[in-house]
Amino acid sequence: MIKPLYKYEPKNGFTRWLDARLPVLTLIHGSFVVFPTPRNLNYWYSFGAILTVMLASQIVTGIVLAMHYIPHTSLAFASVEDIMRNVNFGWLLRYLHANGASFFFIAVYIHMFRGLYYGSYKEPREVLWILGVLLYVLMVATAFFGYVLPWGQMSFWAATVITNLFGAIPLIGESITTWLLGGFSVDSPTLNRFYSLHYLLPFMIAGVVVLHIWALHVPGNGNPVGIQVRVPQDTVPFHPYYTVKDGLAIVVFLFVLAVVVFYQPNALSHPDNYIPADPLKTPAHIVPEWYLLPFYAILRAVPSKLGGVLALGAAIFVLFLVPWLDTSRVRSATYRPIYRQFFWIFVITCVGLTWLGSQPPEGGYVIAGRILTIYYFLHFLVVLPVVGLVEKPKPLPASINDPVLPPGESVRQAAE
Amino acid sequence: MATHILTRAARFGAVIALALFGLSASAPAQEELQEEQAHEALHFPIEAPERRSWSFDGFFGKFDPAQLRRGLQVYRDVCQNCHALSMVPFRTLADEGGPQFTPEQAAEIAGAYTVTDGPDDQGLMFTRQARLSDHFPSIFANPQAAAFANNGAYPPDLSLMAKARSVPSGFPWFIFDALRFYQEGGPDYIAGFLTGYRDPPPGEEPPPGTYYNVHFGADDETAMPPQLFDGIVRYTDGAPQTVEQYAEDVAAFLMWTAEPHLVARKRLGFQVLIFLAAFIGLMYATKRRVWAPVH
Repeated sequence: MIKPLYKYEPKNGFTRWLDARLPVLTLIHGSFVVFPTPRNLNYWYSFGAILTVMLASQIVTGIVLAMHYIPHTSLAFASVEDIMRNVNFGWLLRYLHANGASFFFIAVYIHMFRGLYYGSYKEPREVLWILGVLLYVLMVATAFFGYVLPWGQMSFWAATVITNLFGAIPLIGESITTWLLGGFSVDSPTLNRFYSLHYLLPFMIAGVVVLHIWALHVPGNGNPVGIQVRVPQDTVPFHPYYTVKDGLAIVVFLFVLAVVVFYQPNALSHPDNYIPADPLKTPAHIVPEWYLLPFYAILRAVPSKLGGVLALGAAIFVLFLVPWLDTSRVRSATYRPIYRQFFWIFVITCVGLTWLGSQPPEGGYVIAGRILTIYYFLHFLVVLPVVGLVEKPKPLPASINDPVLPPGESVRQAAE
Repeated sequence: MATHILTRAARFGAVIALALFGLSASAPAQEELQEEQAHEALHFPIEAPERRSWSFDGFFGKFDPAQLRRGLQVYRDVCQNCHALSMVPFRTLADEGGPQFTPEQAAEIAGAYTVTDGPDDQGLMFTRQARLSDHFPSIFANPQAAAFANNGAYPPDLSLMAKARSVPSGFPWFIFDALRFYQEGGPDYIAGFLTGYRDPPPGEEPPPGTYYNVHFGADDETAMPPQLFDGIVRYTDGAPQTVEQYAEDVAAFLMWTAEPHLVARKRLGFQVLIFLAAFIGLMYATKRRVWAPVH
């Protein structure tokens, strides 16, 4: 563990009094002010900070929306429209919240792919990665519950399709579905409990985020070169270096979010969700929100219902195993010529699955979906272990200063 | 080796995609794009509606109050005989960024409607003139009555119609749509649908009670008969009294009913973007300054 370079010294009477009783200021100082951070982190490493901001934004907008929303089948749709029309800046809150969910997922996917590229999950950061996957699972659940709340056609039918999946479990499946729904079909009890869970899970996410940051601060940050910090010159204090760098990334991210919120607030959602839920009328194509499409494609790629559900579960579960499936001792893909190629193929596979998830399950789409699903699992179960064994990595630099400083500079620094 | 080629192919694809992004801003590329999008018209049973230009499209778009008033007139003279507009209160007719009637004019429009209220202190329901605080009342008591009066087909509420329909462009064209800030699929669809009635091709006569419409999104035929005819609504502002004009006016009006705060949204959005752009500039300068000794 890297020790903070400077101990926190309270400056006035109050902080001395408080810190002697509860060293919360020492904790903050050590974690977010002087925390030694590798000096070579690029902007792909800003998405952790961006995600924290998005979580806060979702919780704040969500709490205000919850003051106006009514979780009842006969009032939910109208209450959302009431927010859009009659609540002061309600349209802004709701568009921020709905598009914020999409941007939350954009950020988390970049964050996860960054982890896969730079081998961020490798020893000693396995627990950090597992907590991250757990956060992702919680996010998926939260987003799904949230999508049901407006009680439009897609809300209702997404809830019906997803809860039906539990029916595939042998013997107890039907009982579980009934238990989840609070009845025999998606109805007011379902909406009410989904609302409750939608309010609960973000706070669980916030709790796991604390653990995630804790697990990050024990071994310290990874970095694009992938070698451990060796000397103090390899690091800079978190503040002001990364507060300002992450701050810039956050503002740029918010700019893109603002463009969508103010100029195409409905581009990422489905028009059918502006039609009130009608249990007697199935939409032509039931599709989830875009960020769940790859898993939807995997679900539909398997011809049996139970098989599809198992594949869907396995597609997420396999992420937990990544630290042990990757056999390479080199972290960063920059120094792994073969893995780097496979990484990009995997990215394309995921984009392809996203697109296939939005297409009707027929003809060539099904075949393509099966091929990409098989490849998705091959990447984790075969490519990761085998490439790590056969690949000859490029030579690693001696220190993380080497690749960032011009030649000669690091020698001069080392001499000092 | 094979993987290496694949990666290079992917990179090549990315370069092409980026180049297309750049081109999408220029006019000739847009024509190509529309040709490509014609393929996507296959989503529609027959023909995708054309993309029109609207006063409220683009970065600084605003509703044209005169057009919204004409659209309201089309709604009142034609659509409301079957379709409800239940989410729209009369008071909003006087709102900034809408049709901008005076509150007196809005009250007068409301006064032409009768609503059921009650129960009174004898426990009886009664009817009274609508007030500004009331919503547009439906002509039918409930959806079942509406369907019964219309050959079994429920005429949907129009409040949100402009957001509940679209002209989908499909992957990857929706990315270009996003870059061009296209979000008028709803009004394009409504205007297209209202002008999409044609004589059916020989041998494809629609079943009784349905009507051939090339722009209807769900099927070849719709249960709604053509409603707009030249001269059917009398405009007083000199606008052409054609089906085309009626269709666009009512589509614009329904965009307003679906998104009454659109003008405020775009105005605030512009201010927010200016603020964030300045913020980015300051953060960038600060970041450069802070990192200067390290780099």
